[in-house]
Amino acid sequence: MRDALQNTCEHRCAKIDNLTVKLGGNVILDNVNLHVDCGEVIGIVGPNGAGKTTLLRTLLGEIPYHGSIAFRISGSLTKKPKIGYVPQKLQFDLSSPISVADLVAAAINSKPIWAGVSKELLEKAESVLSLFSAEHLLKRRIGELSGGELQRVLLAIAMTPEPELLLLDEPASGVDVKGLFLFYQIVDDLRKKHHIAVILVTHDLAGVSCYVNRLILLNRSVIAEGAPQDVLSDEKLVKAFGPSLWNISCLPDSISKEADNGNH
Amino acid sequence: MAIIDVWHRMMDLLPFSWAHYVFMKNALLAVLLVTPCFGLLGTMVVNNRMAFFTDVLGHSALTGIAIGVLLGFYDPTLPMVVLAIFLAIGINLLKDRTKASADTVLGVLFAFIVALGIVILSRQGGFVKYTSYLIGDILAVSPQQVTWFFAIAIVVLLYWYLVGNSLILTSVNPSLARSRRINTFFVETSFTILLALVVVISIRLVGILIINSFLVLPAAASRNFARNMHSYSLGAVIISILSGITGLIISYYWGTASGATIVLFAAGCYAISILPGRWLTK
Repeated sequence: MRDALQNTCEHRCAKIDNLTVKLGGNVILDNVNLHVDCGEVIGIVGPNGAGKTTLLRTLLGEIPYHGSIAFRISGSLTKKPKIGYVPQKLQFDLSSPISVADLVAAAINSKPIWAGVSKELLEKAESVLSLFSAEHLLKRRIGELSGGELQRVLLAIAMTPEPELLLLDEPASGVDVKGLFLFYQIVDDLRKKHHIAVILVTHDLAGVSCYVNRLILLNRSVIAEGAPQDVLSDEKLVKAFGPSLWNISCLPDSISKEADNGNH
Repeated sequence: MAIIDVWHRMMDLLPFSWAHYVFMKNALLAVLLVTPCFGLLGTMVVNNRMAFFTDVLGHSALTGIAIGVLLGFYDPTLPMVVLAIFLAIGINLLKDRTKASADTVLGVLFAFIVALGIVILSRQGGFVKYTSYLIGDILAVSPQQVTWFFAIAIVVLLYWYLVGNSLILTSVNPSLARSRRINTFFVETSFTILLALVVVISIRLVGILIINSFLVLPAAASRNFARNMHSYSLGAVIISILSGITGLIISYYWGTASGATIVLFAAGCYAISILPGRWLTK
C-alpha cells in the first residue's frame, strides 16, 4: 500500500533531521530523525514525557530547535507549509459563549465574528463541517460538545483550507470508542483522498495501529520505527509501556460501521 | 471641539433638568464613549479569566500617580499609563516563565504595587488629596478628556475589528491559533496593552476601587444569556451603556458617586442574569 501512495504523490513531505530541542536545560528531544511522505499517516507513541507534544509544537514553529526541519511542497522547499493542527484538548471554560459557528468562522475568515456571522459565512461553515459529520453542531456552544464532536469540529477547521501536513495531538483523549473510530476513519479517508501527510500522536496503541502506515516509538529519540505490527512486537515497546498492552486487536468492522452510522 | 458643541445643543433639547448642566452633558458623553469599550473589552477579559489581572492594572494607577508626584508631573496620566503598560507586558512575560500559579503571582504583585503607591502618597499625611482617584468623578470630566475618550473608542473599535478573531482563536487555544499563522505573542501583548491604556485613562471616571467591576460585570451578565460571540458582545455593550446612563442619572438625583452608582446598576443586571431561566420567562 505504501508504494502505491508514494507513486501517486511524491510532492509533499516533511523531513526532520537531527532535531534536538532543549527546554530549560533539559533535553526534550534528542537527535530525532523522521521523514513523512504525503498520503502517509504516521503514528507516534511513547510514554508520558517522551517529547511527543514537543515534537508537534516544534513542527508548528513554537519552539526553537537545533537540526533541520524541511518541507517539500509541490517540488519546492519551504520553511512554512500549511499545517492543520488538532490540539489535544482545549483549555476553555465550559460556559464560554463561543458557538461552533463562531469558532469555524473566526478560523476561516477575517471578518470580525463579534459583529455577527453573515448568512453566507454560516453556510460556508456548515459545508466545512458537513465533510466531517458535524454540520448539525453549528449552533451549539463549544462547551456543550462531547469530546468526539469537538474533535471533528477541530478537524474540520484544520482541514480548511486543505493543509499540506496535518498534526493530530492525542485524538484518543476524552473521546469514546465509537467517536474515536469515526475520527480514525475520517483521517484515513483524508489520507486516501487528499494525500495529506498526517502525524498522529497518541497513547491509544490499540486503535491507532489499525489506521497508521507507520508507527514510531518516541522516547526523546526514535526508539523503534516501522510497520505497526513490527513495532508493536518490539521488546523496547514493552519496556516503555509495560506488558499490559500486548493484547492489541483492531475493532471488528461491525463496530466501526455502527459508529459511523450512529454519528451520521 | 465642534462635535462637543453639537452634543451640548442636542442635550439642551431634552426636557430634563439634569440635561442642562454642562458637567452632566460632558459626563453623559464620556459615559456613552467609554461604556461600549468596556463592554467589548470585558467579553475577552471574562473569556480569558483575566479579571484579577485587570484589577491589578487598575490598582497600579495608584502607584502611577505616586511616581508622577515624585517626578513632579502636574497631570499624572502619563506615568500612570506608562506604568500600567509596563506592568501588563511584565505580567504577560512572567506568566509563561514561572511555576507559581497565576493568582499567586498576581496577588503578590497586587499587594506590592498598592502598598508602594500608598507609601509614597501618604508621606507627611498627604493621602487625602488623592482619594478622588479611589472613587472617581465623572462629573469633573473636561471637554479635553472627552476628546481622549473619543480617541480611545476609535482605537478599541478598530482593534476589535482587526484583531477580534485572532483574539478569540488565541483564547481558545494558542497552538491552534499559531497553526493558522496568527502571531499570538502580538495578539496577547497588544490586548493587555490596550486594556492597560483604557483602564488607566478611564480611572478618573469610576475610580481605582471599582473600575474592574465596570469591566467585568456587563460581560459576566451577558454571558449568562449568550449563545454565541455576537449575542455575547452585543449584550455586554448594551448592559454597559444602559448601566452607564441609568447610573449617571440616578446618581444626579440621589447625590451619590456616579461611578459606584453605575456599577451598582451593572451588578443588578448581573443578579438578574443568574436567575434561573424559568423565573424570567414566567
